[in-house]
Amino acid sequence: MTSRATEAPETEEILRRYPPDPRHLLSILLDIQAEHRYLPRETLKTVSDYLRVPEAQVYAMATFYKVLSLKPKGRSSIKVCMGTACHLRGNVEVLRALGEHLGISPGETTSDRAFTLEVVYCLGCCSLAPAMMIDEAVYGRLTPKKAISIVEELQGKVMAK
Amino acid sequence: MVRIGMASCGIASGAVPVYEELRSILAGESSVEVKRVGCVGLCFREPLVEVDMDGVRTIYGDVTPEFAAQIARSLLKGELPESHIVYSDKAEAPENAVLDGQMRVVLKNSGIIDPEDMGDYVARGGYKAAKRAISEMQPEKIIETIEESGLRGRGGGGFPTGRKWRACREAEGDIKYVIANGDEGDPGAFMDRSLMEGDPHSVVEGMIIGAYAVGAGRGFIYVRNEYPLAVKRLSKAIEDARRAGFLGRRIFGSGFSFDIEICRGGGAFVCGESSALMRSIEGLPGVPRVKYIHATEKGLWDSPTVLNNVETWANVPTIIEKGPEWFRSIGTEGSPGTKVFSLVGKVKKSGLIEVPMGMTLKSVIFSLGGGILKDRTFKAVQTGGPSGGCLPASLLDLPVDFDTLSSAGSMMGSGGMIVMDERTCMVDVARYFIDFLSDESCGKCVPCREGLRAIQKVLHDLTGGRGRKGDDELLKDMAERLAETALCGLGKTAANPVLSTLRYFPEEYAEHEDGYCRAGVCRGLFVASIDEGLCVGCGSCKALCPAGAISGRQKEVHRIKASACIGCGSCLDACPVGAISAARRDAP
Repeated sequence: MTSRATEAPETEEILRRYPPDPRHLLSILLDIQAEHRYLPRETLKTVSDYLRVPEAQVYAMATFYKVLSLKPKGRSSIKVCMGTACHLRGNVEVLRALGEHLGISPGETTSDRAFTLEVVYCLGCCSLAPAMMIDEAVYGRLTPKKAISIVEELQGKVMAK
Repeated sequence: MVRIGMASCGIASGAVPVYEELRSILAGESSVEVKRVGCVGLCFREPLVEVDMDGVRTIYGDVTPEFAAQIARSLLKGELPESHIVYSDKAEAPENAVLDGQMRVVLKNSGIIDPEDMGDYVARGGYKAAKRAISEMQPEKIIETIEESGLRGRGGGGFPTGRKWRACREAEGDIKYVIANGDEGDPGAFMDRSLMEGDPHSVVEGMIIGAYAVGAGRGFIYVRNEYPLAVKRLSKAIEDARRAGFLGRRIFGSGFSFDIEICRGGGAFVCGESSALMRSIEGLPGVPRVKYIHATEKGLWDSPTVLNNVETWANVPTIIEKGPEWFRSIGTEGSPGTKVFSLVGKVKKSGLIEVPMGMTLKSVIFSLGGGILKDRTFKAVQTGGPSGGCLPASLLDLPVDFDTLSSAGSMMGSGGMIVMDERTCMVDVARYFIDFLSDESCGKCVPCREGLRAIQKVLHDLTGGRGRKGDDELLKDMAERLAETALCGLGKTAANPVLSTLRYFPEEYAEHEDGYCRAGVCRGLFVASIDEGLCVGCGSCKALCPAGAISGRQKEVHRIKASACIGCGSCLDACPVGAISAARRDAP
């Protein structure tokens, strides 16, 4: 892994948004995660230096909060809701179907780094159960077939790029 | 005036193209205003378009862009389309009962105002209460008002709000904080999301009043990471409030200065717990503190802090405006006021509702909720999320109120109400909640970290066909110990889903010990069986059986070969006449 990430202007720019107060640690890490789709190892040291908190604390934050990831996530994140309403209305089957279609298990990323499949608990769209969120778009009233065709359409767009 | 519901549910249902269509046709038409609003209250019929003509409301449901164009064209002629009407002020419409049966106090502006337009909020009386509180009332009087109203925390604990504020005011220290908990982690709950997206100023105004009352100079709104639209709308509300002088220095010309910052969560359920939330704001992992350290004395950065749920804050301006007696006149003696619930699951009309406390579970589920999906049989309702419990049919007449729900073994919680039918396995429900909690446990205390894993193992054994006699006793024992010894609310209340299902559905646990799942949910713990008296021979079941275990000709009674049935349950839901049920594997 190179240190491109720390030399990258994005990380510096993110740090500049916040005064060097330890309370901004989570916000900074969330922004780095959004920018790089994970927390590159070197950024942990950079943030630790900037905020003057122990690197161990930065690492603790990175491993405590589920949004943060030390491993690269896919360009698109497919979050299948396993909230109670969605669970009751069949998202277990939707998750299974998506996993089979993409060839990965929940928590994993496809080998071409296009998609990460995750389980989340409650997107807050329970009247549209079962639902999933791909990046910022929510899709509701899913069936395994419908979920797969939504992903296929996105895959078509990814390939076209 | 045309309003389109554009909170997250509306957008996910397809409200954006509907809005675009209306806007493009009606642009430039000065007699018609098109407004984007929050949650309208008929979630199960989104996208919704409401037309307000001469004071009469008509709401159209399941609106497609094509129908939106039709609405727009009719409006240009001064007319209204006759189809797709779900609610009407002046005529019978299918969902009149759902909206009319509600009492929208906290949600009074939601679905009516544009949440990104402070002018709308002010035009409906917004910030009058804050002005009155700061210019005319003393902090002591404000706290008395909240105490007299009997307002109890709407986040789940139901702690008396006035008492909390008083404790903070009386605590030593010059620096104090107020926090709004917008973390809403309970799966199946989206009340706070709709409030933050639909009427963000109500939370801001409530916090201004509370901060003045307790002597806080800074406030934080902690919003879970999964709610980006709520973060956006709250940020705009705060900016606009600042510009108008409602936030900042010398508010309403007084000596009181106060401002609010938004903090995003990182995807941790435990951060909905007050002390964990405060650690998270401080830039630490969300690990809770022991409960005997009161946040009102030592909270955020060890300063006196009032943390309340966003719904609690949103009640404050109305209580100041209308008075505590008005608030007390609604609801029950022990739980005055209204509550927003998220009624979801196997219910026909699923969505958010706001009703006075004291309405019975039966009224909520059957009158407002329209009863059970596909007209199946009610089995249980889960209230209070992972900290709550499942209540059976025998308790449907219970009024919804903090104390009655907790004596029944559940709790109000944040307001999630998850309806279950005979195709729900109660052991599986317990397993689901324990899986969730085990994953979300912060790991600090042994009872929760190890106890949840031990309970989880037994539940997985039961749902996986490895159950043993006495598992129910073991679960009860472990759950009771967990409730007694866990450090924080997550661990303590984790026992509830297990204990309530054991209490009200003991036969299902006994059956799972024997390897049988009567609901047909736990794979392999049943065989599907066709009731020959009901079968109409449609073949739907045969078409989707993955094991080829079903045989039969069109219009003739179908049969399932038990030895070939893998117990997946697909056919049970596919049957249009409910002829298939889950039978024991070794039944004669």
